[in-house]
Amino acid sequence: MVDAPDVHGTEPAARYSDTIGKYVGVYVCLLILAALQFVIAFMGMDTTAKFARMFFIAVAEAGLALLFFMHLWAEKRGFLLFVVVFTGFVLLAMQYGWTDSDRMEVGAPYTQPKQGVVSQ
Amino acid sequence: MSQAHVIVHEHPPGMTTGLPPFSVAAKKMAIWLFIIADAATFAACLVVYGFLRNGSASWPRPFHSIVNVAIMTFILLTSSLTMLFGVRAAKVGDKAGALRWTMITAAGGVVFALLHIREWMGLIGEGMTLFHNPGGNPLFGASFFSITGLHLLHVTGGVVALVAVGLRYKNGRYNADDLEVTGLYWHFVDLVWMFVVPFVYLLNLA
Repeated sequence: MVDAPDVHGTEPAARYSDTIGKYVGVYVCLLILAALQFVIAFMGMDTTAKFARMFFIAVAEAGLALLFFMHLWAEKRGFLLFVVVFTGFVLLAMQYGWTDSDRMEVGAPYTQPKQGVVSQ
Repeated sequence: MSQAHVIVHEHPPGMTTGLPPFSVAAKKMAIWLFIIADAATFAACLVVYGFLRNGSASWPRPFHSIVNVAIMTFILLTSSLTMLFGVRAAKVGDKAGALRWTMITAAGGVVFALLHIREWMGLIGEGMTLFHNPGGNPLFGASFFSITGLHLLHVTGGVVALVAVGLRYKNGRYNADDLEVTGLYWHFVDLVWMFVVPFVYLLNLA
């Protein structure tokens, strides 16, 4: 008689070897990155440049939180790949709509009549 | 080795063997799938916010101070750390410590929510509502209250979950894995805030 596989969540949880020092270190890094975002907000640059820098920092913060606070780094690599690739694909696919955002602002391309051309 | 063992190892996990996919416990897998779906929801909200901002000739900049949002960010980040301490305590069987850190985390969530509501009341006092903005484009009010409201709803739900799971863990009805799953949700709420702050607040300073 063989025991049935446990599919109800009572199997041993992933064993994390992270120390409190590591948690505090990641926490300090997150605080520094968050503070950097606030500093950038007051730097003399245009909104697009600010956005790019803040977005890069936010992604770095999210990566730290995912890998160490949410222990994704300690899970099996297949699971890490599943989460990153699947989520990344969905989030990237959403960016398709930015072309419509531009259209809201400047109008649809190639729909403006050219100067000197008489439409019939 | 028995016949049953042979069958178990012939298939990849999660196919026909009944083993959990990626060797991740069912509850943890469920919360991760929820987190992925919720990440898409928040991303959609932020992308739409970007569409509106990009498509508007003039976008309001109503935030005069960063002090409130800085304190809120600090509290939420710190609550993630205390949640880690709580889960760690639970994993080593320290029930009192786990409950204490979980309640500290919940208290951080309550303070965050109160600060958030105070900020809302300030904006509402200036005449900004979901459909009205005396300072310019009314879409700002709609998008601001929608995104921050959705996040506040998550924080409130997280506080309720932390208290409920923490108490049930202390009473022995839940185990350390349940506390860890709740912690994953709380870290996700923190993660979302990392994107809300720069895009909704810091890019709109007066």
